[in-house]
Amino acid sequence: MVNYFPEEVLEHVFSFLTSHRDRNAVSLVCKSWYNVERFSRGKVFIGNCYAISPERLISRFPRVRSLTLKGKPHFADFNLVLHDWGGYVYPWIEAMAKGCTNLEELRLKRMLVSDASLELIAKSFPNFKSLVLVSCEGFTTDGLAAIASNCRFLRELDLQENEVEDPRGQWLSCFPDSCTSLASLNFACLKGEVNLAALERLVARCRNLKSLRLNHAVPPDVLQKILARAPQLVDLGAGSFVHDPESETYNKLKNVMQKCTSIRSLSGFLDVNARCLPAIYPICINLSSLNLSYAPGIYSKELVKLIRKCKKLQCLWILDTIGDKGLRVVASACKELQELRVFKSDPNDVGNAAVTEEGLVAISAGCPNLNSLLYFCRQMTNTALITVAKNCPNFIRFRLCTLDPITPDAVTMQPLDNGFGAIVQSCKGLKRLSVSGLLTDQVFLYIGMYAEQLEMLSIAFAGNSDKGMVYVLNGCKKLKKLEIRDSPFGNMALLADTGKYETMRSLWMSSCKVTFGACKSLAEKMPRLNVEIINEGDEMEGGSDDRQNVEKMYLYRTLVGPRKDAPDSVWTL
Amino acid sequence: MAHENDLNLKATELRLGLPGTDESDDMVSTANNNKRASPESVDDSELKANSAAKSAENETSSASKSHIVGWPPVRSYRKSNLQPKKEDSETGMYVKVSMDGAPFLRKVDLKVYNGYTDLLKALESMFKLRIGEYSEREGYKGSEYAPAYEDKDGDLMLVGDVPWDMFMSSCKRLRIKKGSEAKGLGWAV
Repeated sequence: MVNYFPEEVLEHVFSFLTSHRDRNAVSLVCKSWYNVERFSRGKVFIGNCYAISPERLISRFPRVRSLTLKGKPHFADFNLVLHDWGGYVYPWIEAMAKGCTNLEELRLKRMLVSDASLELIAKSFPNFKSLVLVSCEGFTTDGLAAIASNCRFLRELDLQENEVEDPRGQWLSCFPDSCTSLASLNFACLKGEVNLAALERLVARCRNLKSLRLNHAVPPDVLQKILARAPQLVDLGAGSFVHDPESETYNKLKNVMQKCTSIRSLSGFLDVNARCLPAIYPICINLSSLNLSYAPGIYSKELVKLIRKCKKLQCLWILDTIGDKGLRVVASACKELQELRVFKSDPNDVGNAAVTEEGLVAISAGCPNLNSLLYFCRQMTNTALITVAKNCPNFIRFRLCTLDPITPDAVTMQPLDNGFGAIVQSCKGLKRLSVSGLLTDQVFLYIGMYAEQLEMLSIAFAGNSDKGMVYVLNGCKKLKKLEIRDSPFGNMALLADTGKYETMRSLWMSSCKVTFGACKSLAEKMPRLNVEIINEGDEMEGGSDDRQNVEKMYLYRTLVGPRKDAPDSVWTL
Repeated sequence: MAHENDLNLKATELRLGLPGTDESDDMVSTANNNKRASPESVDDSELKANSAAKSAENETSSASKSHIVGWPPVRSYRKSNLQPKKEDSETGMYVKVSMDGAPFLRKVDLKVYNGYTDLLKALESMFKLRIGEYSEREGYKGSEYAPAYEDKDGDLMLVGDVPWDMFMSSCKRLRIKKGSEAKGLGWAV
């Protein structure tokens, strides 16, 4: 049975397998399949850069062309993790530069990327085509200049929400005249000026450019000229959209927009005069994705006028200034909506969030295809959640965030256990869940019972006892990432099923009731886990007291033991 | 499993109907009877301690909630890049513009202009006049009109002396001065 097919045939068959999971499964069948698979694997996804070493990656997959790496734990996004905790990409690039120079694509999330890393990429990989950096930091536009200058076949440079220093360099001008291969350029997160003439020339010569996201430094008259040169764009991120609606520029922009019939995705408007929005009305009907979550100053009236025209919208990211009323309009206009994210318009202030459970219920009633939600709201009720669960059984991602993390049902003042329970019971394909509001162990009982496909769960200020956490660990068979903060889960829960953690990518617990002693004994028992304690204060003077609560613990499975690049404040037990 | 006897499973049974319909009466009444809808086997003292802690937290002013690190969970990039415009109303930054001799006043939205050149061009077009070129030494030369504005203190100032952003935030009203009054603003014609 085993050797019916020569390797070339197997390889050809495997080439149709694109998902990592399928490929991983196939490699477990037998030695022969393992070998064929590993030599033909082009794309590798590493969800935790410390789970494996670059050397082992290269020795198993010598022909890897595309590498995705994730570094810091998710809660690092919310300032819960030290800046220098880790996640350095340099060692990976160094190793690849020695052993695997076919690298074409690098996608990084929450990693520390230095200019030296970018320079090394630029020098070492002659076929390098695609660099995607999401929520990374540590680099400046000098590093980008190196990429622009040296990567002759660069197709994609996509910078999403990175903190980038801009020491007034001219990185954009570094794209040589011979560079015509760019298909995707996103520099919306850069804070500095760009050479506008160089940008216009770049756009003009890259005839395959499909995706372009500009930063705030690109004014409307340049935008107009760019669009005139690139009517083939499919994805546009406007930078500055402030100008006088009576002006010549605005007229030209309106005319040029009408010709951009290929645009399906619109974002940006980092600076916007709402009275100029009518310029984009002509393309609204074609839009499948709209992100106005960084656009301040577009208030409900204009938003609603705009969104009413977006009948084919599938993905909408907006601010809560849209209000429940605006969400009702979305519900009536955007019947094909699949993903909705409503962000707080004033993230630094505990002000009045403008959406409530009513908006969500309206959306669920109007948009039955909704499968992905991120919703920052002032209040929620069980009734609403139950209704939403009934209307939208297809949720894959459901993340709710109430302004007050322990707010009860706004009407009954009861915990929101039953509401979330309804969600997990109804949405059989749910993979990611974030809960908030007043929650007892009950909600975790429901989650453990019903959330069979759940892979990631985020918990904050919830539960009463260890039982809550145990329900989840016992029940959610596919759980990969569990992150918990400020909840009363302690040693009993942590140690209840230590083997479980080897089936998961990681566990984060902060401000819970877990002690040093328990963490130490867990680390001892499970050598293939790294159990890291992050100390910010002076907790560690004079050695650790086993009975002391640990402020932050992050544990993850790994094949390569404790890492050597942890700062002093991080202890691997 | 032993703890199933302690659990009031009927109470925890999920139904997707609204509370108040026949099916979910049980669920609602149980919820109302218990302080928390949790299994009776939870240790009472721990329960009380937790509810005490939680109600204490509720009682402290909501101001304390704003000091919870990392809550609400908004990416720091988003926090530092979203500038909410609170005071700027959706109707823009409109100021009155008066011109000596004109039958009625106009209004312009300062926010739509990129700078002084833009603004002055617009005023020229609106009132059908020429304003002339600005120089720091001599004010506006070459025309009998000069643009002035009232600032927060009520003083009449020449347009163009301060950076545009500063002008935008301090300008309360525009006045286009003409002829001899323009001379009075301190330069030779």
